[in-house]
Amino acid sequence: MIGLSDYLLLSAVLFSISIAGIIINRKNVITLLMCIELMLLAVNTNFIAFSHFLQDSAGQIFVFFILTVAAAEAAIGLAIIVVLFRNRATIDVDKINQLKG
Amino acid sequence: MADSVNYSIISSEIFLLIALCVIMLVDLFQRDKERKLTFMLTQGSLLTLFIMGVQDLGVQETIGFSGHWIQDQFAVVLKLAIYLTAFISLLYARPFIRERNLMRGEYYLLTLFSILGMMIMVSANSLLVVYLGLELLSLSLYALVALQRDSNDASEAAVKYFVMGGLASGFLLYGISLVYGMTGSILIDEVANYIAVSGANLMIQFGLVFIVVGISFKFGAAPFHMWLPDIYHGSPSSITAYISSVPKIAAFGMAFRVLESSFGGADIHWTPMIMIVAMLSVIVGNIVALIQTNLKRMLSYSAIAHIGYFLLGLSIGTDEAYAASMFYIIVYALMTLAGFGIIIFMSSDKNDYQQISDLRGMGRYHPWYALMFTIIMISMAGIPPLIGFWPKLEIFRLLVINDHVLAAVVAIAFSVVGLVYYLKVVKEMYFTEATDSPNVSNSRSLKIAISVNCLLLVIFGLMPDRIYYYCLSAFTSLN
Amino acid sequence: MQNQLLAIVLLPLLAALFTGFAGSSLPRQWAHRVTILAVGISCLLSINIAVEQILDQAQPLNYNLYTWAQLGGLSLNVGFLIDDLTASMMAVVTFVSLMVHVYTIGYMKDDPGYQRFFAYISLFTFAMLTLVMSNNFLQLFFGWEAVGLVSYLLIGFWYKKPTAIFANLKAFLVNRVGDFGFLLGIAGVYFVFDTLDYAEVFSQIEQGYKDLEIPVSDGLIWSATTFICIGLFIGAMGKSAQVPLHVWLPDSMEGPTPISALIHAATMVTAGVFMVARMSPLFEQSEVALNFILIIGGTTALFMGFLGVIQNDIKRVIAYSTLSQLGYMVVALGASAYSIAIFHLLTHAFFKALLFLGAGSVIIAMHHEQDMRKMGNLKKYMPITYATMLIGSLALIGTPLFSGFYSKDAIIEAVHFSSLAASGYAYACVLIGVFFTALYSFRLFFMVFHTKERMDEHTKSHLKESPAVVWVPLVALAIPSIIAGYFLAPSIVSGEYFDDAIKVASNHDTIAPIVEHYQHPFSLALSSISHLPLWLAIAGVATAFLFVVVKPELNERLRKALGPIVHVLENNYYFDKLYINYFSAGGIGLGKRFWQWIDVAIIDGVMVNGTAKLVTGISVKTRKIQTGYLYHYVFVMVFGLLLLLGWLYWRVLNG
Repeated sequence: MIGLSDYLLLSAVLFSISIAGIIINRKNVITLLMCIELMLLAVNTNFIAFSHFLQDSAGQIFVFFILTVAAAEAAIGLAIIVVLFRNRATIDVDKINQLKG
Repeated sequence: MADSVNYSIISSEIFLLIALCVIMLVDLFQRDKERKLTFMLTQGSLLTLFIMGVQDLGVQETIGFSGHWIQDQFAVVLKLAIYLTAFISLLYARPFIRERNLMRGEYYLLTLFSILGMMIMVSANSLLVVYLGLELLSLSLYALVALQRDSNDASEAAVKYFVMGGLASGFLLYGISLVYGMTGSILIDEVANYIAVSGANLMIQFGLVFIVVGISFKFGAAPFHMWLPDIYHGSPSSITAYISSVPKIAAFGMAFRVLESSFGGADIHWTPMIMIVAMLSVIVGNIVALIQTNLKRMLSYSAIAHIGYFLLGLSIGTDEAYAASMFYIIVYALMTLAGFGIIIFMSSDKNDYQQISDLRGMGRYHPWYALMFTIIMISMAGIPPLIGFWPKLEIFRLLVINDHVLAAVVAIAFSVVGLVYYLKVVKEMYFTEATDSPNVSNSRSLKIAISVNCLLLVIFGLMPDRIYYYCLSAFTSLN
Repeated sequence: MQNQLLAIVLLPLLAALFTGFAGSSLPRQWAHRVTILAVGISCLLSINIAVEQILDQAQPLNYNLYTWAQLGGLSLNVGFLIDDLTASMMAVVTFVSLMVHVYTIGYMKDDPGYQRFFAYISLFTFAMLTLVMSNNFLQLFFGWEAVGLVSYLLIGFWYKKPTAIFANLKAFLVNRVGDFGFLLGIAGVYFVFDTLDYAEVFSQIEQGYKDLEIPVSDGLIWSATTFICIGLFIGAMGKSAQVPLHVWLPDSMEGPTPISALIHAATMVTAGVFMVARMSPLFEQSEVALNFILIIGGTTALFMGFLGVIQNDIKRVIAYSTLSQLGYMVVALGASAYSIAIFHLLTHAFFKALLFLGAGSVIIAMHHEQDMRKMGNLKKYMPITYATMLIGSLALIGTPLFSGFYSKDAIIEAVHFSSLAASGYAYACVLIGVFFTALYSFRLFFMVFHTKERMDEHTKSHLKESPAVVWVPLVALAIPSIIAGYFLAPSIVSGEYFDDAIKVASNHDTIAPIVEHYQHPFSLALSSISHLPLWLAIAGVATAFLFVVVKPELNERLRKALGPIVHVLENNYYFDKLYINYFSAGGIGLGKRFWQWIDVAIIDGVMVNGTAKLVTGISVKTRKIQTGYLYHYVFVMVFGLLLLLGWLYWRVLNG
């Protein structure tokens, strides 16, 4: 039987992977977008698992909202990346360090 | 009561949403390059909201929409502060965006959307609504920062803001999911009940850490401040003025709703964290601001330091201290607006003048504005009788009373460090020889706006208990 | 009464605002007419109040004028406390200020910033009055900062002069250090007494308050009061330029001379002394703080006097002399002789303002040349300045019957009777200090007014006595410099003068033994002949004479005038070389070393610049963290998360 703790563990692992992805990835900004998406999915896993084990629907509803917001976020994120690409002709994470100090 | 669908408590939000739709449609058919009508309608809506808000002052606490929404004095006061600061920031913005090809309807619409998000944040009574308000605010702000499409800096700032902001939302949500799992509810009241009955177990404490991180990020408190200088620096100045001031007020609302309203019973678990973050912010902000030569960056770091002082108030955890924090954050918003107002004022043509050295000769060529800037700087430095002094004093006082003497001493010591960089600006204006007259805007509305804003700092400084009274009333009505 | 008090404070402010805002559109004569009228009325009213309080023994007044804000339990008021102490300060401040106003007409005659200058000094008068008349710590702090602000503005008055800008920055920075201590002290007062009102604090002390004990290190416990007193005194050290926070005062001489007289000699720099005297009930509670004050004061009194000997800039000599005299006042505070400290403050205000204004008069005549090596024999050209400067110098060195004599002698006596641990050191310092005071004062005096004329022909041809607006204030200040001590001494020393304004604990009372065998001021002056200080002073004058007059080509006329002494000296002609090689080379060399090591290396180098450097260093390092790379930012953020999680883990482990 798969218990609540297994789900929580999975979600924690996903969450950590997404953070590691943001730190390790030095090339494409799109990967960062995917990492953030993954992070939200880790949270969703948490919510759904809790919702199931608590027999409470609020968690699932929360997940719907998160998904919606994530979609909007992805749209804005991609738009920003397009703007960046137009200005710099690159979307390498390595190259966006004009602002510093 | 809690289950009822009570439209009267969200009348302001409904009004704003309708106004938004109308303005969007009106803007669509505008041929005017100046977008005068859009501007007027936006400011008109804000004024109307302000008047509606003033009439709501002193409301009874009302909870509606299945417990997800709350209307109380706290929300009303914060909303009023939001309208006021947003109104001033749009006044500042107009001459600036006119010359930078930003005079588009989106500017106003995104601002209004973010205001709606902030209103939702401060009136939220469940973690879900907090999250939705926060995202509505954040998404609008990401877009606002990227609005100047031809700017290298702005697009970089937008990417950074977006990625860091997404990460912070992730942290916040992760914390919320754990709290939900443990308490079985996303309603703030029920979470608070659970804490009151069963206390905070380890998992809730674990989740609290993530929530504190998410909230600290929104404030830009160290060590979650890394995004802040870059975003403030890279964004168009008028947008910097906006995002550095108004959202902080809403973030305070969120912090209060999430931390105090939900976890007030477990405050021994989160107040020390806030204290750590606050001290770090005071130290990092003041020290790094010291060597900045770019005025915008210097103000960004000084903003981090201010947030540190503010969070010190939040970390005390008494009603009086919340009132002091609220006082601080509102005053901070007014001062920061004025501070970035300087940069807007200096950037009269297409070029941006952001270096502190660009202020040279102000004292000689534009004595009145030099005086205004001096007022802003010494108000930020916290010298009486200007308004910046009072909330600082009150927070230091409460720190001492509540036995955080060491924190108070360190904070005072660093506010002395702060004096140095604020006065560097003053020195540059008055005592450094200038070769020619510094560049200033000749927009009359901007001149009036900056003068009024600065004089407000003086007037409130002479009678600080006016604002403070409302801040206190927000918390006495809660109990 | 209330209206009178309000008028005293507000008239200078209104005048300052009027002149300040009217700016250069205001005709010059109106700038000085308006401000002098305001300060003059203020001065008359102050003297009236002083007469009522001191001579007619009116009840002290204490009331709140206006409640500024009510923050939590803290009520912030604007109010006045008028008693003998305040009344004397008000009279002195307004009187000196009035003299300086008049004098400025002549001194700043050709300056383009004429109106601005008058606005500043009027504003200063307002700020100083709020400081002394305050009845609570907040207003005290406001006045404290306001006088500081005007002082910086005035040091940098000639803002095109880089040295002036440097000096005003230095003054500002050094004073911040003091203010930090001062603020901590005020915070401490609020913490312990829960009020900022003087009267409430004092009455709590009288009724016995709950003091907190704070362990400093093993076995050493200080009371909170000690911390408060030391904090407040650090503030006083900044404002009253005590070692090691004195470095700004000599540099402040970059400002116009009237300012040096008004702010940096007579009034503002004595604010620290006034503050400690005002807080006498508080300071009496802490012997540690009193010892601390004695050490700082003694060091300042002696070592700053030492430095005065080697300066060649006329204003700098007087500046170091001010430092040394402030040291005397502080020593008196440390010995619990508060009333005598204030007594010296009052007499010093007169003769030091006189000396500065006299120096200013010389400077005008010399076309803004301040180097004493280029002066000489000005006696011939400027008889009035000469006579008044002589009076000032005599008063300063403590010549019997002159005002400085009574106050300085009383200080030395009081320290002598003090039983505190540090009193021996302080006593030695003030005693030796007498010699140096005489030495530098008369070195200046001789170099400027006697010896041969060393100025160039052009300057010489224009030498003449300064105009009446300059010499009238000199004369007006010379009168109290002579007589103030004689008339005030009996009542101040016996304690009648200050009544209840100053409180001394019976076990610290150093004045009582003085009172026991106190005599009529005149017989006191006569009996001083058998006391060491007088002889030290004479020795100082003689040494100065040796240095300045005897060493170079001896001035024939002077030799005759001072016949017998010179005769003795002449016979010892071969000792000259000895003196010059040992005393002068040794003394001046030592002075120079001290100046280099202590002032330049340690204080300027390590304490002021060193701290700044350290902070900047950290700042540069911290700034480097902000690399601009997103993944570094995220890393720092995750690091912060781990920090908080680690804190949680640590807390769970430790229960």
